[in-house]
Amino acid sequence: MAEKLRRLWQFVRRLSGDDAYERYLKHCASHHGDNALPLSKKTYFKQRMESKWSGINRCC
Amino acid sequence: MSLIMGQLRFTPFLIPMNKPLTPLLWLLVAVTGAAAVGGIALNRGESINALWFIIAALCCYALAYRFYAAWIASTVLMVDETRATPAERLENGHDFIPTDRWVVFGHHFAAIAGPGPLVGPTLAAQFGFLPGTLWILVGAVLGGCVQDMVTLFFSTRRNGKSLGQMARDELGIIGGVAALIGTFTIMVILIAVLGLVVVNAMKHSPWATFTVSATLPIAMLVGVYMRHLRPGQVLEASTVGVLLLLVAVAGGGWVDGNPSLRTWFDMDGLSLAWCIMAYGLAAAVMPVWLLLAPRDYLSTFMKLGTISLLAIAIVFLHPDIKMPALTPFIDGSGPIFGGKLFPFVFITIACGAISGFHSLVASGTTPKLLANERDIRMIGYGAMLLESFVAIMAMIAATVLDPGVFFAINSPAGMVGAEAAQAVAKITAWGFPVSVGQMQLLAQQMGEATLFARTGGAPSLAVGMASIFGSVFGESLLALWYHFAIMFEAIFILTTLDAGTRVGRFMLQDMLGNIWPKMADTSWTPSVLITSTVVVACWGYFLYIGVIDPNGGVNILWPLFGIANQMLAAIALCVATGILVKSGRLRYAWITAAPLSWLIIVTGTAAYEKLTSPDLRVGFFAAAHDLSDKLAAGLLPAAKTAIAPQLIFNLYLDAYLTLFFVTVLLLVVLDMLKVSVNSLLGRPVQPLSEVAHTPNRMTEQQLAQWGRD
Repeated sequence: MAEKLRRLWQFVRRLSGDDAYERYLKHCASHHGDNALPLSKKTYFKQRMESKWSGINRCC
Repeated sequence: MSLIMGQLRFTPFLIPMNKPLTPLLWLLVAVTGAAAVGGIALNRGESINALWFIIAALCCYALAYRFYAAWIASTVLMVDETRATPAERLENGHDFIPTDRWVVFGHHFAAIAGPGPLVGPTLAAQFGFLPGTLWILVGAVLGGCVQDMVTLFFSTRRNGKSLGQMARDELGIIGGVAALIGTFTIMVILIAVLGLVVVNAMKHSPWATFTVSATLPIAMLVGVYMRHLRPGQVLEASTVGVLLLLVAVAGGGWVDGNPSLRTWFDMDGLSLAWCIMAYGLAAAVMPVWLLLAPRDYLSTFMKLGTISLLAIAIVFLHPDIKMPALTPFIDGSGPIFGGKLFPFVFITIACGAISGFHSLVASGTTPKLLANERDIRMIGYGAMLLESFVAIMAMIAATVLDPGVFFAINSPAGMVGAEAAQAVAKITAWGFPVSVGQMQLLAQQMGEATLFARTGGAPSLAVGMASIFGSVFGESLLALWYHFAIMFEAIFILTTLDAGTRVGRFMLQDMLGNIWPKMADTSWTPSVLITSTVVVACWGYFLYIGVIDPNGGVNILWPLFGIANQMLAAIALCVATGILVKSGRLRYAWITAAPLSWLIIVTGTAAYEKLTSPDLRVGFFAAAHDLSDKLAAGLLPAAKTAIAPQLIFNLYLDAYLTLFFVTVLLLVVLDMLKVSVNSLLGRPVQPLSEVAHTPNRMTEQQLAQWGRD
C-alpha cells in the first residue's frame, strides 16, 4: 500500500513537472559526466517555461 | 510475442490461443455497444437514461481502440518499436525528453482538451440529443482520433516538425502557406468566439465577474511563488492556487450580496468585451511566468478534477435525458444558430469529433516526449477518445435540462424578445414549455439576476453541471456549483485566449521579420507591442461585433470557427494522405482520405450555404442585402440604425472570409492530389522527409521499468 502510494505520488509529481529539475540533474550526470555544469534550479525553470510557451501547446 | 522484422508488436485480429475467453469478451462489448447505440438512436417518446450514452461511448471507444487503432498502427503506419524516437536520439533534458507514456498522455490531453468540446455539443443540442451524439462517436473514432494519431506519427518520424513544415516539405509551398494562414485565422476566430462565451456568462453577473477577475491576482501570486519564492515547486504552488480559487468562488457570493460592492462588478456586455481586450493585450505583453504559465497549471488541475468529478456524478446519478432525440429545428430554424442539420451539426461540433487544431499539438511538443513509437496509439488515438468522451458528457449535461430551460438560456434576445414573458411565450409555442416563474426560481437558485439570453453554452452547461452536482452533494450549494462551473470554464477559456494571442503574436513577428528582420526579434519591445496590438485588434473586432449583434454573435462566429477548424483538419489529413501515397501505401490511404472527403463535403456545403442561402440567419449576403435595404428604407428601430453599417460591413467580411477558407482548402487538396498522382506515375515529387532508422538503445526491460525509477 505504501509502495503504491509512493508510486502514485511519483506519477503526480512527474505529470505536473514537479520533479523536472531532479530529472534534469540526472540527465546531466548521466550524459555529461563529471564535467557537467548544470543550470541552477531557478534558471532551469526559467528556460523551461520560456520554451514551453513559445509554441502552440493549448488548443480549443 | 512475435517480432516480425522487429515490428508489429500487436497483431490486431489474432487472438492469443492461451486466452480463449478474449474473443467472447470482445463480442460482448460489441453487442452491448450496439444495443446501447441502437437504444439511443431508435428511442422515441420515452425518456432515456444518460447511462446509455456512457455505455455506448465506452463500447465504441474500446472496440475502435482495440481493433481499428491497432490495425492502423501495425499495418498502415508500421509503428516500429525498435526505432529510436527523437526524444531518445536528441535527448537534451529540455524539450526532447523520453517520458513515461502516461505522463505524455496527461500532457497531450491537457493540451488538446480546451473549452471547445464543452461548448460545441451544448450548442448542437438544439437539434436534439441524437445527431450530436452520433457525430461525436463516429467522427472521433473514424476522423479525429485518426488525424491526431497519424499526425503524431508522421511528426515523430520527422524529429517533431510542425504541421506547417511538414506541409511544405511533403506537398510544397502552397500547403505550407495554407497551413500558416489557416492557423492564424482560426486562432483569431477562436479567441473571439471564446471571448464572447465568457462575456455572455459574466454580463450583469457580479458573482461571476468577481470570481473570474479574482483568478488573475491568484494566478500572479502562484507565478511569483513558483518563480521567486520557491522556484519549481509546482505542486505546492498549484495547491495554494486551487484553494484560493475555491475561496474566490465563495467570495463572489459575498460580493454579490453586498449592495455597494456588487455594482463594481455589474457590467454590460460591451464593457466586459473592452475589459477582455485590454486584458488580452496585457497578457500577451506580460512575461509568461507571471500570468500565463501559473494560470495554466491551475486550469489544468481544475480541468482534470472537474471532468473526473462530472463523470463520477453522471454515473452515480444516471439522470434522465429530457431533450427529445430530434427537435423541429433540424429544418434550419434553430434559435441558437441558423442552418439545417446537415451540414451544420458537423460544423458546430468540431472539438470532440474532429478538430484540426489538435494537429498543431500533435506535431509540436508531444512527439518530442515519446519514449517509444508504440506509445503513439495510446497517446494520439487514446487522448482524442478521452476528449470525445468529454464532449459526450457536455451533451449529457445540456440535455438533462428541461428543453424549455435550455432554449430560454441559450436563445439570444434578437430571436425570442428581450422581455421574459415574451421569450417564454415564444419558446413554449415551439413546443418546449417553460414559465417565467421557473426561470426566476432557477436564476435565484443559481445566484443570478437572470439566465435569459446567455447564449454561448457556458451558462447552460454550468446550470446542467450544477444540477448534477447539486443532486449528489446537496441542493443548497447550487449557486456555488454554478459559479464554480463558470469559473472552471472561464479559467481555461482565458488560458486559450492568452496562449492564442501569444502564438498569433509570434507568427506575425515571424511573418513581418521577412520584410523587416528587426520585427522578428521576440524580445524587442516595439515589435512586441505592435504585433500584440494587431492580434488583439483582429479578434477584438469580431468580439465587439459579436457583442453588439442583437442576434447574438454566436450565430455567426461559431459556424465560422467550425469551418476554420475543419479546414485545418482537412489540411492535416491532406498532408497525411500525401505521405501515405508517396510512401507506397495507396491501398491504405483511405484511412485519412475518407474523413478528408467527408470534411470537404461538410465544409464545402456549409460554406456554400453561408454564401448563397436566402435564409437571413444563414446566408451572409442575404442578411447584408436585407439589412441595407431596411436601413435605406428607414425601417429599422433607432438602436439598430446606429449599428447597422457595422453589422453590414461585418456580414460582407464574414462572407469573404468563408470564401477564402474554402479556396485555401481546395488549393491544398489539389496540391495533394497533384503530388499523389505524380508519385503514382513515377514522376519526381518532393522526397519523403522521414529521418533514417536508428535502432532503439533502450532494452525491453528498461522500457518495462520506465517510469518507476
